[in-house]
Amino acid sequence: MKVIKKSLLAAAMSVVATSGVQAAGISDDVVKIGVLADMGGVYADICGQGCVTAVEMAIEDFGGTVLGKPIEMVSADDQNKPDVGSAKVRQWIESDNVDVVTGLVASSVTGAATKVLTDAKKIALISTSASNAFTTKACSPYNVHWTYNVAALANGTVKPMVDAGKKKWFFITADYAFGHALEGIATKVIESSGGEVVGAVRAPLGTTDFSSYVLQAQASGADVVGLANAGGDFVNSLKTAAEFGLTETVDVAGLLVFTNNALALDPAIAAGMKATSGFYWDFDDQTREWSARFKARHGVIPSMGQAGQYSMTMHYLNAVKAAGTDESDAVMKQMKMTKPDDFFARNATLRNDGRMVHDMLLVSIKDAASRQSSDDIYNVEAVIPGDVAFNPMLPECDFK
Amino acid sequence: MGSVKASIAYIVLASLGDVMATIFGINLFALSGQLLVGLINGSFYALLSLGLAIIFGLLKIINFAQGAMYMLGAFFAWMALNYLGINYWWALILVPLAIGLLAILMERFLVRPIANEDHLYSLLLTFGIALVLQGVFTHVYGSSGLPYQIPAELKGGTRLPFMYLPNYRAWIIVSSLVVCFSTWWVIEKTKLGAYLRAGTENPQLMQGFGINVPLMTTLTFGFGVALAGFAGVLAAPVYSVSPDMGSNILIVVFAIVVIGGMGSIGGAILTGLMMGVVEGLTKFLYPEASTTVIFLFMVIVLLVKPAGLFGKEA
Repeated sequence: MKVIKKSLLAAAMSVVATSGVQAAGISDDVVKIGVLADMGGVYADICGQGCVTAVEMAIEDFGGTVLGKPIEMVSADDQNKPDVGSAKVRQWIESDNVDVVTGLVASSVTGAATKVLTDAKKIALISTSASNAFTTKACSPYNVHWTYNVAALANGTVKPMVDAGKKKWFFITADYAFGHALEGIATKVIESSGGEVVGAVRAPLGTTDFSSYVLQAQASGADVVGLANAGGDFVNSLKTAAEFGLTETVDVAGLLVFTNNALALDPAIAAGMKATSGFYWDFDDQTREWSARFKARHGVIPSMGQAGQYSMTMHYLNAVKAAGTDESDAVMKQMKMTKPDDFFARNATLRNDGRMVHDMLLVSIKDAASRQSSDDIYNVEAVIPGDVAFNPMLPECDFK
Repeated sequence: MGSVKASIAYIVLASLGDVMATIFGINLFALSGQLLVGLINGSFYALLSLGLAIIFGLLKIINFAQGAMYMLGAFFAWMALNYLGINYWWALILVPLAIGLLAILMERFLVRPIANEDHLYSLLLTFGIALVLQGVFTHVYGSSGLPYQIPAELKGGTRLPFMYLPNYRAWIIVSSLVVCFSTWWVIEKTKLGAYLRAGTENPQLMQGFGINVPLMTTLTFGFGVALAGFAGVLAAPVYSVSPDMGSNILIVVFAIVVIGGMGSIGGAILTGLMMGVVEGLTKFLYPEASTTVIFLFMVIVLLVKPAGLFGKEA
């Protein structure tokens, strides 16, 4: 009797064990993607509804099902508030059977959301956040950071300028985590290339008038004024710099520029300014083809975050198909094993730290005369190879 | 003796000059520049707080939609240019009129029905209107902002000894000061203004004199809001024309009205300019505090002089 019991137990155990290894197919008979983004605030244009559209396109292009199970999408507005974002993610995981969370814009929200996701062993596909923390000091085996990060921006935009003799820098920095991170990493790049930072001002997020800061920048004697801010802050500070004649005497470098911001600027002010971008719609036939489809649905050309959103979602779905399951560890393994390769991801690898390393673009904003259409805003000056743009992987983040 | 006096005076003056050139290590030239840009921002504050002060002072309505109307002013200017081909100068006249008209409709159909209720009702109503307007514009035009050029006549600038002053910024100061002080003059110094003030003090009596008080109330509301529209057009070329531009500035403007004394017309103008300068100096000395300094000022004023700097004790 005892023997029978024992062998029954062993049999049961082995069934449990094998099912664990094979990770039986798709959980809850559906692959559910949650898109978390700022839908109505300052960052709504760079991801927002456009990221939702990108995910919809990816699901449709994939055929609507994977391994015979439907792919569904839910979306929510995080209002750029970490508490709102993490509460939503928790609800999605615990009661709505969401398998993967994507979108993820404001770095503060992403930081909170990825913590919840990692605890639950669920994957975060980060499209638009700038901070490099998610693959460095806050790295996790379940983070995937796709489009760009602050390191790529600094390496892409700042280094070539210092090398070209623009040694003295002054920063107008957004006074919160993202701005500080961008300024910090740009300062490292400047100093290691033989330049110096002669001053910086920390302007509160959402400052309306930058004239005071522009005057300080003017008085600093810098060769370059770096704008370590984003969105409306970037547009306002650049407008003011041009108005006060700063752009005539020194170079102004926008460290984080989205196409949406470039569209909001008068070409007379912005022309010639260089920026680093993860994507540009008019790069080649492949990017034009996808971007035309996107614009037909969304009404505006895709930002780098939105294009990355599609590319990343496709890579995820392909990995689910190849792994035969939506179980997070197996999918992460599969995603890292396969090189991403599409209109967005060029010469790309997804490193073990979750950083997707791909070719970045150094662009400059076109003047009015050379624009063929209202969307024709950038000249692509150079392709920056991924390993030049992104910093090397940290050993403690090498999740095999 | 005289020459000794003169030379002492000279020495004193010369050393004073040295001291003046740098106070606490701050360059005076830089300081003058900061004072001037502070004054420019103060002009916006003055225009917006004046509108609020008129509406509150004369009608006792706390208009939380004033920021949204400022945003609407900038958007109308953009729409006028891009859809109708109306240039900046015409927009400067037509947009405030359009906004004033909108405000009149708003007063007649939304605000008046609750005019006899507690102030809180009009506050909540106008706050709701502001949220709706901001939401609609974000939905239609996105949150990134729209470009609006400085009119050709005002491009370029003048090089002053201590800074480069863009012509458009000089225009902002001049035009807003003219509008502010003529408004003050009309309300405080003319017969029309006297009717207005009397009408709000004792409407029954004024109506007894044959004055159409409800009409006057409506027009005053329209005018107060039109001022915000005017400020919006002025702001369009220099700030990003975006749906949240109004909500960013509104709270500051309310703080200014409180500092100046709720309802004090002249107080609102002077405090607006003053707070612009205070904020400008803070941006220079300790930028991190620049969004807080006005509120700090408000707290101190409320503690020391609860009716505000220029307000009459209740």
